[in-house]
Amino acid sequence: MVPLSWYLIFSAALFSIGLFGVLSRRNAVAILLGIELMLNSVNVNLAAFWRYGDVMDIAGQVFAIIVFAVAAAEVSVGLALVISVYRRRNTVIADDLNMLKW
Amino acid sequence: MIHEETAKLLTWLIPLPPVLAFALILLFTNRNKWLSHTLAIGAALLSWLTSMLVTVFFAFRIEHFGDHPIEDSINWLPLGDSWFRVGVLIDPLSALVLFFVAWTVLAIFVYSVGYHNYGQPEGDHDHKGLPPHGATVEEHGHKHVVPSVEPMYARFFAFIGLFAFGMFTLVVSDNLLTLFVGWEIMGLCSYLLIGFWYAKPSARDAAVKAFMTTRVGDVFMLLGIAYLYSVTSTLSFRTIFTESVLHTLATVPSGFLGFSAAGLIGLLLFIGTVGKSAQFPLHVWLPDAMEGPTPVSAMIHAATMVSAGVYAVIRMFPLISLDEKTMTIVAFIGAFTAIFAATIAVAQNDIKRVLAYSTISQLGFMIAALGIHAYIAAVFHLITHAFFKALLFLGSGSVIHGMEHGVLHTGNHNVDPQDMFNMGGLKNKMPITFWTFLIGGFALSGFPLVTAGFWSKDEIFADAFGNGHWTVFITLAVAAFLTAFYTMRQITLTFLGEPRTKEAEHAQETPWTMTLPLVILSIFAIGYGWVGIPEHFPVLGGLVPNWLHEFVGGTLVEHPEVVEFSWTPLLTSFVVALGGLALGYFMYRDVNLPAEDKLQIGFLKNKYYFDEIYDTIFVKPAFWFAEKFVYQFLDKGVIDGILHLFGPATNEIGAGIRNYFDLPIINRFIGDGSADATYWFGGKLRAIQTGRIQQYLMLTLIIFIAIGIVLYFFKLA
Amino acid sequence: MTGEKITFLVVAVLTLVFALRVVTTGNLVHAALWLVATLSGIAVVFALLQANFLAVVQVVVYIGAIAILFIFAVMLTRKEMRDRGPQLNQNWWFGALLAVMTFGGLFALLQGWNGLSNTPAAIPSGFDAVSVLGNALVSPDAYVLPFEVASVLLVAALVGAVYVAFNQK
Repeated sequence: MVPLSWYLIFSAALFSIGLFGVLSRRNAVAILLGIELMLNSVNVNLAAFWRYGDVMDIAGQVFAIIVFAVAAAEVSVGLALVISVYRRRNTVIADDLNMLKW
Repeated sequence: MIHEETAKLLTWLIPLPPVLAFALILLFTNRNKWLSHTLAIGAALLSWLTSMLVTVFFAFRIEHFGDHPIEDSINWLPLGDSWFRVGVLIDPLSALVLFFVAWTVLAIFVYSVGYHNYGQPEGDHDHKGLPPHGATVEEHGHKHVVPSVEPMYARFFAFIGLFAFGMFTLVVSDNLLTLFVGWEIMGLCSYLLIGFWYAKPSARDAAVKAFMTTRVGDVFMLLGIAYLYSVTSTLSFRTIFTESVLHTLATVPSGFLGFSAAGLIGLLLFIGTVGKSAQFPLHVWLPDAMEGPTPVSAMIHAATMVSAGVYAVIRMFPLISLDEKTMTIVAFIGAFTAIFAATIAVAQNDIKRVLAYSTISQLGFMIAALGIHAYIAAVFHLITHAFFKALLFLGSGSVIHGMEHGVLHTGNHNVDPQDMFNMGGLKNKMPITFWTFLIGGFALSGFPLVTAGFWSKDEIFADAFGNGHWTVFITLAVAAFLTAFYTMRQITLTFLGEPRTKEAEHAQETPWTMTLPLVILSIFAIGYGWVGIPEHFPVLGGLVPNWLHEFVGGTLVEHPEVVEFSWTPLLTSFVVALGGLALGYFMYRDVNLPAEDKLQIGFLKNKYYFDEIYDTIFVKPAFWFAEKFVYQFLDKGVIDGILHLFGPATNEIGAGIRNYFDLPIINRFIGDGSADATYWFGGKLRAIQTGRIQQYLMLTLIIFIAIGIVLYFFKLA
Repeated sequence: MTGEKITFLVVAVLTLVFALRVVTTGNLVHAALWLVATLSGIAVVFALLQANFLAVVQVVVYIGAIAILFIFAVMLTRKEMRDRGPQLNQNWWFGALLAVMTFGGLFALLQGWNGLSNTPAAIPSGFDAVSVLGNALVSPDAYVLPFEVASVLLVAALVGAVYVAFNQK
């Protein structure tokens, strides 16, 4: 029997890796990749808690489903934005997209 | 005879009608001449009536009135536990004084109606503040100039009403304070009335001079009153003149040149009289006071105000007589003034000036009499003098009026209607005036037996001689001689002989409002003497009891003794009076010009240059002091200098605050500083806004972690 | 060490390695492909958790749609066929630090909790997670509302994405 903690640590680690990707990558698309990793780690977390709690209470899975939907929506819009930005500015490097600078 | 209670009540009411008339005239009837003089004369009548009721119908009829006089007082000023009381007192002295004051005031009020030409048309170019100048009237075909009515008619009656109030208050008061109040009111009215014709510079100056000079006396008098109060804690006559209080005053030393308290107080009060009654050296105001209308001269400077000065000394006699040194000073000043003024009078040409100096001289007689303890003689002479001097002044006013008639007739305004050398022969033109003036003049000279002046002057001589005061006796005798002399000189020049000028030829008798008072006063001038015939007088003595002596003597605690009869003073009276009159007549019968008058000696005419001396010693330094020291130095220099410091100083302070506090600290440091700090801080803070999304995320995370740590460590998460 | 545990460990480690490759690869296409691998690993984890439906949905939606989308995006936003230059930005070390701190923090948070060593309860027989899930998603007593909102969200995202990326000529 795998202890719950292993799943949780696993999801924590995945989250951190995704966080690292978000914070450190130059390319905007790569940042979105990191976000995907984070969302997935959350899903793992939710599923683990569903399984290790009351299985009859399906809320964990429902939540995970909703997260899927949201992730999909978010990534599509995000990528559409990146593409649009690329067309205007001819760059996808996040650091160069600093028009909101003071 | 009225009841005592009625007499008390009436006494309170005596001073009231004139002051009400004053107020009403000033406030309401100023424009209406008839109403004004009716109010005034009505008031004078009322006061006269009440005075007669109190004196003739009460006081004079009581035996030993001096032992239980009319007295009534009320609490007036609270002083800690006790009260200062003021009230009325009618004792024999004030009863007699009240008698003559009431008569003379009434006579003068009536006289004023005619004097100010009531009923005459208004003048052609009369101004308020100048004497009336005459009005042109058309009369059967040709133009006359007639005397015009006084423009400030109502104001005159208001002022003399106030004056009468002052005098009555002084006479009926029972304490020194209200006496002083009346005294000062009369001083004020004297100023107002002497300067009645205020547009004349000489009148204005005379009014100021009178006020200032009497003020000098009044200051000392007030000091005396204050000192008296501090020693005895009372100002009420009845309380002061008791054995114990008088004893205290006599024994307490005042610390001033060895005078006892009584002596010093007496001296100070006497100085007030010296001012008010125009004794030497404060006599200088009285002759100049002739600038006022003649009724004013009559009332203030003959019958009432100057008499008030003598009255005050007579009233305080029990106090003053305690110290022989003071009495000596009093006698000296009185006698000196008597002869001094008489010598000046012989060289005067103005009809009123002669009478002015005569007044000063006669007051000197009274004061001298008091100085030698001749109490009753002084009172007697005071009363008779009031009557005949008022008579003489009113008579002179009548003469001047007649002369002015002549001046208006001829139109020659260069002729002075008051100069005796322009008169002459008026006996036939103005008979009533002549005879009454003659009676008055004889009374003044002391014409034997038939005039009141004789009896009163003789009394003084008898007292002086009988008590051995030789210097006073001789001085007064000489002064009496001179009195008779200049009086006859005056009568001769004015009435006898032929008219010297056209104006005198056209003089006319004056209306009844002026001659009636003359007649009434002359009756008193003759008859009043007979109430005081000494008992030891040969033939006549004893026929009529010496009522006056009995009556007035009762004022004092100890009746003064009757002086032993002696022929010397009586003969002296006869000689000086008749001799002076004769000499005056014979010397001036034929004199027509001032050049022929042998006595027009420079220093006599110029009053021994006293005015000039006073001017140099007092007036000019005072002006210098006021102008140079007080005005230039103190006021403009010191006070304005201080004030001028305030402006620039405040400016400096303001500028300092602005430059050292407001601008650098408030504006720059706080105001601009906060803006700059915010700007700088904002600039620094701006660095966070890099626009780079990953940095935003990092920042968020850091803070999130930080919060998490904080909460964790506070065991909240 | 049971078979489950071993299986889990292997899968977890692999997935983590793949995730690391995602965030460290210089070549973006490679990163996307590594993402596919990671997502597959996660699907296996779902399967291990007996969340069958989730596993399948993971594969279909994530790998089948989202990862493909990523590849498309990468290809549409390249100047050259190959990326050059560093793929990590200036402050990558700070990001690494933060990630480590986060992990540490999460780890520390778990320490005090006593449910860590729970063992999963046995699934009752006849329990069909999928049908229960399906019922829950459409039942008015359960989660129909979030479900519907999620649909709306997807429509909005769809429209939005099309509009934003629309190449107007």
